[in-house]
Amino acid sequence: MRDSTRLLLLLLVALTFTGLFIAVGLTADNYEYFLSRRVPKVLAMILAAVAIAQSSMVFQTITNNRILTPSIMGFDALYILTQVLIVVLFGGLSAMVINPFLNFALSTSLMLIFSLLLFTFYFHKQRANILVLLLLGVIFGQLFGNVASFLIMLLDPNEFASVLNSMFASFNNVNDELVYWSAPVLALVSVLLYRLNRQLDVLWLDTDNAISLGVDVRKVTRYCLILSAVLIAISTAVIGPIMFFGLLVTNLTREWFRSYQHRVLLVGCSLLSVAILLTGQWVVENLFEFETQLSVVINFVGGIYFLSMLVRNKVI
Amino acid sequence: MKKLLLVLLLLSLASLFVGVSDVSLAAIVAGDPQAIELLFTSRFPRLLSILLAGAGLSIAGLIMQQISQNRFAAPSTSGTFECAMLGYVLSLILFGDGQNLLVIFSVSMAGTLLFVQLISRIQFKNAVFVPLIGLVFGNVVESMAMFVAYKYDAVQNLSGWAVANFANLLMGDYELLFIAIPVAVLSYMYATRISAVGMGKDFAVNLGLKYQQVLIIGVLLVSVMSATIVMIVGQLPFLGLIVPNIVSRFYGDNLRRNIPITAIAGAMIVLVCDLVGRTIIFPYEVPISMIISILGGAVFIYLVLKGEKHA
Repeated sequence: MRDSTRLLLLLLVALTFTGLFIAVGLTADNYEYFLSRRVPKVLAMILAAVAIAQSSMVFQTITNNRILTPSIMGFDALYILTQVLIVVLFGGLSAMVINPFLNFALSTSLMLIFSLLLFTFYFHKQRANILVLLLLGVIFGQLFGNVASFLIMLLDPNEFASVLNSMFASFNNVNDELVYWSAPVLALVSVLLYRLNRQLDVLWLDTDNAISLGVDVRKVTRYCLILSAVLIAISTAVIGPIMFFGLLVTNLTREWFRSYQHRVLLVGCSLLSVAILLTGQWVVENLFEFETQLSVVINFVGGIYFLSMLVRNKVI
Repeated sequence: MKKLLLVLLLLSLASLFVGVSDVSLAAIVAGDPQAIELLFTSRFPRLLSILLAGAGLSIAGLIMQQISQNRFAAPSTSGTFECAMLGYVLSLILFGDGQNLLVIFSVSMAGTLLFVQLISRIQFKNAVFVPLIGLVFGNVVESMAMFVAYKYDAVQNLSGWAVANFANLLMGDYELLFIAIPVAVLSYMYATRISAVGMGKDFAVNLGLKYQQVLIIGVLLVSVMSATIVMIVGQLPFLGLIVPNIVSRFYGDNLRRNIPITAIAGAMIVLVCDLVGRTIIFPYEVPISMIISILGGAVFIYLVLKGEKHA
């Protein structure tokens, strides 16, 4: 099978399930209400899937390995901590919290600063060992989560209610306005990333090679990191953190597609991610009848995959 | 060690007299029945359970570190806590209540044994490999527990059960924690053998030890202790990890000598964290698991960075 056929196949699966989510049970009487509920939900899943896939793919490329992803390195938890900090600083009823656009803009820019700091901390010198880095990432993630819940404990219950929405947003409780706001942002970031695809191809060959081939590694890395911070903000804001999803999707893409070109990988990864998330959620809703949650299943499967990668020593 | 004991004693006294309703020394001496009742039904049980949990969990961490010969192994970084949670969910569903000790103990022991087997099978060159695998293993087990809990509507029970809080321990709730005493005594008795087992199978067999038997006793001690603490108190993340490390920094690596010091230091840290949690938003309380996990996480990161430099 050629890579273009694979892309088409994934597109087909993604479209089929989008159709199933939107169209099943739609009649002339109820379509207005049904569509107003269903479109944001499906859109949220698509946005989150694309954002997770692209940010993980780019993150792996700039850090040059197949196991680090933003959520494993604690960036998701960082976003939630940022949200809580905003409520603590500005109060639950301020425009910064209630207006989705302002909130998104503020938390994304805070997130940018924090993630650049965190990234420089992780990579400030040539750390020889990727395992140390991974362990640090996992613990930092837990630490951010704990600090966030600590701050929440200190909050007023009224103010807590305004954080709760941003923390546990799930597929069935989607903030419509936020979804419509983040769609164009995601589109813009994706285009910017796609235009970088040649530099990313070279970057994947290792830093030294990239430098000798004339890529300004520092600049591209920083630029990519900023873009992926925006993507992480989108995915976490829209559906909340799913720790191992990015890892699963990027590795499946790299296994399945023959190409090493990011032109193909970025698109393929996004499509695969959308296809998996939509299929999974559809199965959970229709076959399991909501008896479980997709994020639990993904963390189970992804965790086992992660363990097997570690044990088979695929990391080093 | 005498100094440590003295500090612990002073802290314990302080802990007895911090709380929402006022208990003063004068009232107790004067024989005020209300003050005395409060002291015996709430303050003493709380103090005792803090001391037992802190000491027990630190010892469990110490043993775990000896068995796996890794400074970063502990009940919270080897999946033992999460296995206990899985056991709780299973006991809740199979027997209708979450108090079936046999199920909880056996699940957490099986999980810990699995982890020990897993890491002994891999030849690693790196110390941070073990906690990394342990943390992810814990994640996987936790998602199993969540899966079951979600299916039977027990997510809230589960998360309430796992958050550590000493506030609701009254007389009659905490007595199971006295299991820490036999565990400590047994660990003390087996200390040298456990150290030898940590050196590897060949070495232990050469010394004439029943390798498998000692290993299982070690794992049994660790998992019974940590499962009991998760059951009565809740998760105290990283405690079993940081206390033995701090102790070994000051006192060296003699397991038998370190057991009592570790126990005292562990009890002291939990006591301090509990006092902080009780006073920071007085008259309300912050659950101690949050304070410990923030403190413990920071110390853990420091240890990893430090270890990286030395390695």
